[in-house]
This record gives sequence, structure tokens and C-alpha cells, in this order.
Amino acid sequence: MSDPSTNQMREAIKSAIAENPVILFMKGTPDAPACGFSARTVAVLESLEAPFAAVNVLPDPAIRQELSALSGWPTIPQLFVDGELVGGCDIVMEMYEGGELQKLLGVEAGASDAAAAGHAASGATEPAPLTIENLL
Amino acid sequence: MALATLGVMSVSPDELKGRIESAIPGTRAAVSGDGHHFEAVVEGPAFAGLSRIAQHKLVYDVFGAELGDRIHALSLKITATEDQ
Repeated sequence: MSDPSTNQMREAIKSAIAENPVILFMKGTPDAPACGFSARTVAVLESLEAPFAAVNVLPDPAIRQELSALSGWPTIPQLFVDGELVGGCDIVMEMYEGGELQKLLGVEAGASDAAAAGHAASGATEPAPLTIENLL
Repeated sequence: MALATLGVMSVSPDELKGRIESAIPGTRAAVSGDGHHFEAVVEGPAFAGLSRIAQHKLVYDVFGAELGDRIHALSLKITATEDQ
């Protein structure tokens, strides 16, 4: 299918994932999550003080459609770290409980200053079909 | 029962359990839920050696487009067991 608006959305999602080391696609915003699973995932990231970008999938159904087509993952939220799908709420919670998420995000033992500075460099947002909320 | 009548269009935990166990051989599932939101504890040898993502996808694939639609949410806890 070569619907230009679909391609544009898919490209916007791809760039968002490529340009943000930690990016969460969620329902609602970090300040006002619209679903319990998104809320829990945000709470974990915030508790680790991990800088992350967030995309609300609710304003346009095409975001979710294209995201799931791209990732092969049917549900929201979806967390990507360094361009790779980490998973949804269940996996994020499991990895948090096992300490793996802290390792992946480089926020072990509160030594997050260097990581945070590195992540902050990629904070530029561009006007696109996606609104990316950066919490950097 | 009035509650059963209301629940005609909803999905039962038993249906999910049966579908997971028959689609993924050797798997055992314990499913609870309210007809829309479900939690499944799933274990079986099919998950051995797979990444978490792949383990979850294996179960998600049983339901395809029903996820997020007829099955509003399915929370998974997956354990790989030794082949028997």
C-alpha cells in the first residue's frame, strides 16, 4: 500500500524511535496517562529517573496501527530503548523487578548523571505527524 | 443469572485458557479476568530459549486482532519449563 500519509506516519515513527534512546508509546501523556498499563510503565521510568520521550498514540489511530505493524507488537504501551522494542507493561515490570531495566537504562545505583547528559543531547523535536513529549 | 446474561458478549477466562493450551503444545495456563481485562500465568517448554518479547508474542499470536478489541487487555506472566 503506497498511501503517502501512511508512509509518512511510519517514517515519523521510525525516526522517533531512532532519534530517542528511550521512547515510550503510550495512551495519554506521562502527566495524564489514559490507561492503567501506560500509567504503570510511566511510573517505573519516572521512579528510576530515566529520561524518556513519550508519544501519545490516542490522537490519531494511524499511530497505533503503524507502530504495531512496525514492531509486531499488538498492544500499548511499547517501550523502545536504543531502537529496540523492550516490551509492554508486563515485561517492563518484570525487568524492573529483576533489576534488568535499571541496567538497560544505565540508571544503576543512582549513577545516572552521565547517562542523563548523553540522552539530553537528543532532545530536539521536529514538527511531524507525531507529537513527542520529551522529559529530558 | 443476571450477570451471566450481561456477559454474553464477553470472553471467559476458560476460553482463553483453552485456546492458549491448545495452540501452544505442552503449555499450562491459569487465567483470571473480568471478561475484558485478563491476567494469564502461562508456563511450558515452548518458551524455553526465547526472549521475553518472543515469549509474549507467542501468546499474543494465539489471539491476533482480538487483542485490544474483544480482549481488551491481556497481562502475561510467562515461565519456560524444561521439556518433558
